[in-house]
Amino acid sequence: MVALPLCLVSLFAQSSGHLSVGEPQKVAGKRGAAVEAKIPVSVDNGFHVNSDKPSDPSLIPLKLSWKATGSLEAGQVVYPKASIEKYTFAPEGLSVFTGNFDLIANFKIAANAPAGPGMAEGQLRYQACNSTTCFPPKTVPVKISYLVQ
Amino acid sequence: MAAFAVVVVSLVLMVDGCSTSSVRAASVKPDKERHDAPEFTLKDADGKVVRLSDYKGKVVLLDFWATWCGPCKIEIPWFMELQRANKDKGFEVLGVAMDDEGWETVKPFLADLGVNYRVAMGNDQVAQSYGGVDALPTTFLIDRSGKIAAVHVGLASKKDFIDGVEQLLQAPQGGGITPVPGFALRTK
Repeated sequence: MVALPLCLVSLFAQSSGHLSVGEPQKVAGKRGAAVEAKIPVSVDNGFHVNSDKPSDPSLIPLKLSWKATGSLEAGQVVYPKASIEKYTFAPEGLSVFTGNFDLIANFKIAANAPAGPGMAEGQLRYQACNSTTCFPPKTVPVKISYLVQ
Repeated sequence: MAAFAVVVVSLVLMVDGCSTSSVRAASVKPDKERHDAPEFTLKDADGKVVRLSDYKGKVVLLDFWATWCGPCKIEIPWFMELQRANKDKGFEVLGVAMDDEGWETVKPFLADLGVNYRVAMGNDQVAQSYGGVDALPTTFLIDRSGKIAAVHVGLASKKDFIDGVEQLLQAPQGGGITPVPGFALRTK
């Protein structure tokens, strides 16, 4: 009985190498309401991704952006607090995200939004490394279901 | 028994003594296990065509890297040192930048570091011909006859690069073109 939900979660996860995005929280609200969606992100053990504010300007930040938000007006994306980790190639430490964390996407439901369901579509861009190697920047699709009440 | 031990120790010392005359890098493959490095045609920062075959007869350190790659930035100064120390001995470093943003990003980076070797802009086709090169840095040591003698994926040790280059420069120049110091060899 427990296996089914787990299976559904793993089917949803959008992975593009060393990082995966789980199923975002569904959002629902009335016209004009402020809503937020929690987007779970997981970085593989032994890997890290640059935070939204990397230590070095040449490093590629983790960034959530929206392509189409339907009846939602995109607001601020809240990233978790980054950790400063030291690596052989960066003894001074890098601002990174590791393990499991959530991104919070804020929206406002448009005043003239039609009632009913919809989907906001965006993408998460990131660049992953381990202690000796880095991998090209990738983007993972992110979809958030919403319901205008 | 004691006499046998003396003979063994003497032999070990003799062998060890002989080996000090040439460097051996753990990563360098024996000649018979080497394969031809794939030819490519790329462009450098000045728009000039760069072909691997331009370097035939030289030992080449071919470094796939990117500006967003932290470990690459550790190795680049080592490669600059190697270039300085060995450029008159038939050795060249050739960088292949894998930045999607192209020269707009790469040129300022090279200028900041004062990179003293040639860098070409890579593409997926060249990366695929070298096995994908998904992880950076990936560095190939190519011998004078154009064969891949060693591959380093990820940040390697400086000593291994130094030893590898030295070993390849010391190797007898079998089928390759013999370089003449002070002259750049070019194959059209």
